[in-house]
Amino acid sequence: MSLLEINNATLKFGGVVAVNDLSFSVEEGEVYAIVGPNGAGKSTAFNLISRFYEPFAGTFTFDGNNLLERDADQVADLGIARTFQNIELFEHATVLQNLLVGRHRHRKTTLLEEMFFTPRVRREEERHREAVEEVIDFLDLQPYRNKMIAGLPYGVRKVVELGRALASKPRLLLLDEPASGLSVEETQDMRWWIDDIRKQMGITVLMVEHDMGLVSGVSDRVLALADGAKLAEGTPAEVQANPAVIEAYLGAGAV
Amino acid sequence: MRIHFKTSYHHDIRLFPDRWTLCVYGALLALAFALPYLIGEFYLGEVTNVLIWAIAGLGLMLLTGQTGQASLGHAAFLAIGCYANTILIEQGVPFIIAFPLAGVITGFVGLLIAIPVLRLHGIYLAIATIALSVLADDIIVLTEHWSGGVSGKFPEMITIFGFEIERWSMPSRFYYLVLVVTIICTLFYRNLLRSPLGRAFAAVRDSEVSATAMGVHIARTKGKAFGLSCMITGWAGALMGYYAGTFNNETFSLVISITLLMMIVIGGLGSIHGAFFGAVVVAFLPQALSILKDNVVGSGVAIPGLETGVFGLILIMFILFEPMGIYGRWLKIRTWFELFPFARKDMFRRQKSYLKTERLR
Repeated sequence: MSLLEINNATLKFGGVVAVNDLSFSVEEGEVYAIVGPNGAGKSTAFNLISRFYEPFAGTFTFDGNNLLERDADQVADLGIARTFQNIELFEHATVLQNLLVGRHRHRKTTLLEEMFFTPRVRREEERHREAVEEVIDFLDLQPYRNKMIAGLPYGVRKVVELGRALASKPRLLLLDEPASGLSVEETQDMRWWIDDIRKQMGITVLMVEHDMGLVSGVSDRVLALADGAKLAEGTPAEVQANPAVIEAYLGAGAV
Repeated sequence: MRIHFKTSYHHDIRLFPDRWTLCVYGALLALAFALPYLIGEFYLGEVTNVLIWAIAGLGLMLLTGQTGQASLGHAAFLAIGCYANTILIEQGVPFIIAFPLAGVITGFVGLLIAIPVLRLHGIYLAIATIALSVLADDIIVLTEHWSGGVSGKFPEMITIFGFEIERWSMPSRFYYLVLVVTIICTLFYRNLLRSPLGRAFAAVRDSEVSATAMGVHIARTKGKAFGLSCMITGWAGALMGYYAGTFNNETFSLVISITLLMMIVIGGLGSIHGAFFGAVVVAFLPQALSILKDNVVGSGVAIPGLETGVFGLILIMFILFEPMGIYGRWLKIRTWFELFPFARKDMFRRQKSYLKTERLR
């Protein structure tokens, strides 16, 4: 059985059909990319999985759990972490605090214990910190550990957001345009990280990306969307050669 | 410039980052405990007032500065704390139980009110909470049987295991009581900040969307913030009742709510220091103004609206020139000295913030 299975998902905003009868499944341990022109419904599909949107129809299953029975804040507890297209960090907090919020789903202490800061809270804090330090080492964030997000450049913020998602030790990582706005070198770094996330950490990655170099470099399978519906699915090379995909991107008669 | 050489995670978790800070706050605490021997009764009373305002400020700071939810209704919670404490003691509950319980009751009332009110955001939340302040007055009059209505109430003398505390006849004892409550509230606040809940508060303040994606339950977190905030405010209210010596339906008015909010803005939003700095301004300014006025125009002349006008002016100045409040200014001055002569003018300049995700629903 696949890790994430989506069947016949449909979502409409008024008359606009954002996602139209979309079905796909992500296998455990793979990197699965969604590509498509602007407005194809890629981010909407992500927001459906994160339960920010309520679908009109369709089934969403993650590791045997029906996602539709969960609220948006319970999705993280299942082991799904995500990043956002426009970076959504906690601006008035340090990098460390941001990453520690990623550990929120692993907290075990109660309000009363935290008010008195009992030894158990301290032990838990150290445990959280250890997990976060692993992420900091992995992403080379050491120089920024105690810096406020509000003062960081865009490229670093992008990495911090990836780090925050990783800190929650997810099983499925949703990356919404991980390379948008990054320089060539930063994109290259991102490519290695995504590779390592899959190989070293064993985390399944589902990403939306426009940079075809990155997509064909890291992903096992690619799904091409247009107007909310599936256009093509397969290996990066297959999808890139698909006439329907070329038509959607470049228009008819481009081949 | 001090360099923090960290060798364990504990260095980031503990209350004070280094020995120097520990010494500074230790000295401050020692000074606070020695204060009754150093200054006269009048000024001790004023310092007590500052501390009570600071507790109330901590309460509101937790909600507004930490969780980002503005409230103009906190005078109502001061009132609830004050009346709950007095009524409990009148029913024969000893102070040592009644006082903490008054805070807890206020917290629960706050939580109940939070459930509908916190569905609102920003300015709408502020308006809804103004209603609380206005309603509190009427409710106190309507429940005259318990609250004493317009004629008000006089809190009884505090006795803790036979040890008597009274504001007027034993100001130093009352001062110590307030000081202990202040320290406890500050510790609670600080402990929350360094634990998961405090980070969840900041997460809700800065981005509800990504807080949700990280597994933070927005409504529940806001509710907790409101409840805790009201609990601390309730304690401040109970102490205010003792400090004033008498209170009725008009004591905890909307003006008190506005003053509280103004206080934390002037002090510096989102910091414990801010609550204390703001409390100093709010508690000392009326005294300073009246002394100044007496010296300039003579004691017989009354200038209506002087206090309000000066408060308003100060608030406008802070919002225009120092949005980070007194604490922000203090940080800048300290950094300038620490880095001397390498501090740059633009070090604290606000960086541009990047595009935020459009509203999802």
